[in-house]
Amino acid sequence: MSSVKDWAAPNPITENRGGLIGKGVDRYEGRLKVTGSAPYAYEVDAPSRPAIGYMATAAIAKGRIARIDTKAAEASPGVLLVWSHLNAPAQAPRGTRANPRSQRPSNPVLASDRIENFGQTVAFVVADTFENARAAANLVEIEYAAEPGVVDFVASLDQADQPPGEEDVHIGDFPAAYAAAPVSVDETYESPIQNHVQMEPCATTAWWDGDKVTVHTSIQMVKGGQHALAETLAIPSADVHLLTRYIGGGFGGKGQAYDDLILAALGARALGRPVKLAYTRQQMFHGTIHRPAVSMRVRLGAQPDGRLTAFAVEATTHCARNAIFTEHAANFSRNLYAAPNRLTGHRLVKMDLPGAGPMRAPGEAPGMLSLECAMDELAEKLGLDPIELRIRNEPEVDPETGKPFSVRQLVRCMREGAAHFGWERRKAQPRQVRDGRWLVGMGMAAAIRGNFLLPAKAGVRIDADGIITLRQGMTDIGTGTYTILAQIAAETMGVPMEQVKVEMGDSDFPPAPGSGGQFGAATAGSAAYDAGMNLRKALTELAVGDPNSPLYGGPAEYVTFENGNIAIENRSETLAALVARAAPEGVYVEGSISPAADARDYSQHTYGAHFAEVGVDVVTGEVRMRKMFGVFAAGRILNAKTAKSQITGGMIWGVGTALTESNVVDPRYGSFINQDMAGYLVPAHADIVDLDAVFLDEADDKANPMGIKGVGELGICGAGAAVANAIYNATGVRLRDYPMTPEKVLAGMLAVGL
Amino acid sequence: MRPFTYERAADALSAVKAVAENPGAKFLAGGTNLLDLMKLDIERPTHLVDVGRLPFAGVEEVNGGLRVGGAMVNSKLAAHPRVRELYPVLVRALVSGASGQLRNKATTAGNLLQRTRCAYFYDTTKPCNKRQPGSGCSALEGVHGSHDAIFGASKACIASHPSDMAVALTVLGASVETLTPSGASRTLAVQDLHRLPGDTPQVETDLAPGELITAVLLPPPPEGGQVYRKVRGRASYAHGIASVAVAGGRVALGAVAHKPWRAAHIEDALAAGASAVEAAEAELSKADRSDRNALKIALVGRLAAAAIEESKTRRTA
Ligand SMILES: Cc1cc2nc3c(=O)[nH]c(=O)nc-3n(C[C@H](O)[C@H](O)[C@H](O)COP(=O)(O)OP(=O)(O)OC[C@H]3O[C@@H](n4cnc5c(N)ncnc54)[C@H](O)[C@@H]3O)c2cc1C
Ligand code: SF4
Repeated sequence: MSSVKDWAAPNPITENRGGLIGKGVDRYEGRLKVTGSAPYAYEVDAPSRPAIGYMATAAIAKGRIARIDTKAAEASPGVLLVWSHLNAPAQAPRGTRANPRSQRPSNPVLASDRIENFGQTVAFVVADTFENARAAANLVEIEYAAEPGVVDFVASLDQADQPPGEEDVHIGDFPAAYAAAPVSVDETYESPIQNHVQMEPCATTAWWDGDKVTVHTSIQMVKGGQHALAETLAIPSADVHLLTRYIGGGFGGKGQAYDDLILAALGARALGRPVKLAYTRQQMFHGTIHRPAVSMRVRLGAQPDGRLTAFAVEATTHCARNAIFTEHAANFSRNLYAAPNRLTGHRLVKMDLPGAGPMRAPGEAPGMLSLECAMDELAEKLGLDPIELRIRNEPEVDPETGKPFSVRQLVRCMREGAAHFGWERRKAQPRQVRDGRWLVGMGMAAAIRGNFLLPAKAGVRIDADGIITLRQGMTDIGTGTYTILAQIAAETMGVPMEQVKVEMGDSDFPPAPGSGGQFGAATAGSAAYDAGMNLRKALTELAVGDPNSPLYGGPAEYVTFENGNIAIENRSETLAALVARAAPEGVYVEGSISPAADARDYSQHTYGAHFAEVGVDVVTGEVRMRKMFGVFAAGRILNAKTAKSQITGGMIWGVGTALTESNVVDPRYGSFINQDMAGYLVPAHADIVDLDAVFLDEADDKANPMGIKGVGELGICGAGAAVANAIYNATGVRLRDYPMTPEKVLAGMLAVGL
Repeated sequence: MRPFTYERAADALSAVKAVAENPGAKFLAGGTNLLDLMKLDIERPTHLVDVGRLPFAGVEEVNGGLRVGGAMVNSKLAAHPRVRELYPVLVRALVSGASGQLRNKATTAGNLLQRTRCAYFYDTTKPCNKRQPGSGCSALEGVHGSHDAIFGASKACIASHPSDMAVALTVLGASVETLTPSGASRTLAVQDLHRLPGDTPQVETDLAPGELITAVLLPPPPEGGQVYRKVRGRASYAHGIASVAVAGGRVALGAVAHKPWRAAHIEDALAAGASAVEAAEAELSKADRSDRNALKIALVGRLAAAAIEESKTRRTA
């Protein structure tokens, strides 16, 4: 196993001689995307004209299909196939693994008459056109035997249990310290169910060639998808070729395989022709996972000088009865502020709703909405500035584990953010600033998000024309992965960007874990870097061993790679010349990364500080952003442009979280009230006025060889709390129930006589 | 979507005949509402008669006011220089509706006849008297809807009319000009076009089957300032939780009833010299008050009063 010490020596990325690392390079695949010519899964060219699938979905939350009649659907024009649980092909039982090494188990569709959630797939139609398939699906007649289910989270809080295999973390004596604390806060914050609403719904195009199936699908994890399909169909994973080259947003919602993948493959096999299938926008809401609602109780006990002596963050959340998932909304608080007496933990209610699962910054995103407001409330009680309160509780070492931080620049983020934002303009007293019909206020919040490195591989080849091709079973879900991998490969090899090709999203390529948990760039990138280093070695050997090379016989340790050349001092040739002559068939090598054993000796996170200024309409309670600014510390930044769009995108998610985004279950039906984007409101352009972010200079040499960290999720962490604190500062109305819609703000304003 | 046939109308009268003679037929204009509803299996016409390309898409001067073609698209109407000059309340209402792309397709007539945004109307697995008469109203006991009616609702339906444009047309005293299946034309005040739900929420207007809206007639603007304000969760591209249009001493409210709501009590109170707050109270005290909508009633009252005050600061158009 490697050690973080192995990563300390300078390398081509940290030396950055070509200057590509950190540069705001344009998107590698940008032109394809803006011209509409990047083929997404539903749009790829199949070997012959695909038939089109459509799913019919359940109208109840729990129960059984008592009767299903597909005759009318079968007789409908253009219909090629109609399946229900009565005639669907056999699949492996749910959750089983024929191959113990499979990353995902079997996930059968139409497996029984049981209904486990509203919107579950209950029938599958394939027809010659989309319209015919949809029309036929509407003709499937179903009678249900409904059973009562647990669908109302707030009404079921008493059923909350310890998540399997987890225990609360107690440090010191929280109850005693809390009771003794002269100043305290004890509040509960609610955050709602949220949906990912990716632009591209889940979709698959599948075809077979003998026993082998090719699937183009929209999924964040290549191996997970390949294995889930293989297990479900009970075929070897080598017989599944999964491709996912362009993905129109994932956000965690596409971390797993859904029914489109299984049904398209089964349908294509049954019909002997390509089949494609996409979820409709409406089906995405129930047919894929959501972020669960979270109820969080925060108790803070402090000394008059602001030092925290008692600290408790407890989260209650929910998941589907048969798909255990815990939104670890309290975890982040274990690493954020110093306090000797601590209690953190989670409770889980199992419900008869669609599956809960990861959504951008799972844990932190809903979790920080609570503590970062509670800190604001405590600051006010103490008469302290919220930044000062946080600084007074800045820990020397990880407050829970006592481990040293790899790097931690939270205080600097807050200080520099405050200076840039003009925090000194904020009035400590709420409701002091009026601009026409707007009450104006400012709020801030800290941001923290873990940093991770997973095992990954990468392959890189150089051909006789000098073109370097990086291949990896990685995904780009719109974050910029293609681009940063091209930068890493080019910088490692000392070639211009134009000389590099990146191919990914293919199960035949060396595997990387995919996109998620903001581990993608560090994980895939480190493997790509390692592959590049191995290619340098191979080319060095080739050159110094080739009598026709100007480098022949030279000392390998003096070989440099710059400007497309391989050189020893002034002896040089182009990589193209070397390969064309000495290895005309090209050179291919692989590389890999695995987490360092001693990385766990450090507390390793990304940090930031959010600043928000809002206006609240004094008549209607409408909240509008006026300004938002963030300062972040997230290791070495690979690409100024893509990193910034990730971070500001996260901040915009925070705005949606604070103001508009929520789904509500109708307890009579166990279904979500919002099933389209006219009802589920994400921020529109007009909502985001003046929003900007900067990164601090940082390199985390405990993170990986490149000293980079993740940025994809950090931006959302705490962002919504900064907005909520600004609403309080504007109005004096403290809301603890997200999102802060005009109705809730108005109710609060009425209550305080506004 | 169910199979259907399609024809492009050659002229207004043949369009009217085609729809009047076929109970499964509907007019199609921009399609931004009708096609969505067809895809969701909510509307199930068997025949579409496309009136979007009939030549009534312009603006003419008539008696100091304007005559706006029923097929004119919302974005063109909002940009028309005479409309901007005379009816700023209409311009504000138009541009606060939907999105730029939708307004480029949405027509005057289609906008007036768009259907409710009640979430249960959109979910075909739920009872809804408007979608399926007699099945019940899921909204009555349902998840709180910010678009619920507070005036003129019935036990059968508490949905509101979502159009912004219609609220401005109502306050301006506009009327629609129609072509009836007999070939005669008639005019109908916009405020009389839509019905309250009563026991038949599926019947939304007083138009006869096949009656085609050919134009909207705008009388000269009233004396006094014009204001349109819309409350919504995000800054653009969201249906209103409530809206208010003011033109001189006239006031209309949006998203509060099954139709754009002319606030006669406010107008009477203002005419009698009441303050804006008192006038708003005169209307809102008549609202159908329930636990569900108490907050909305408060919101609409505040909004109306603020808009009336604001209108006093505006000059006559
Ligand atoms: C996402 C979204 C958001 C929206 N937000 C808003 C909003 O904030 N505010 C708002 O006001 N609106 C909003 N809308 C609604 C939009 O304004 C309407 O869809 C549009 O105005 C309908 O016009 P159309 O020409 O496309 O009508 P169509 O969809 O073509 O037709 C609508 C109805 O009118 C009938 N019809 C059409 N023309 C005639 C005619 N000449 N005579 C008789 N009947 C006719 C049709 O038969 C049909 O029943 C939104 C729509 C969408 C999709
Ligand atoms: S309020 Fe009207 S539209 Fe909504 S469910 Fe009830 S009947 Fe249907």
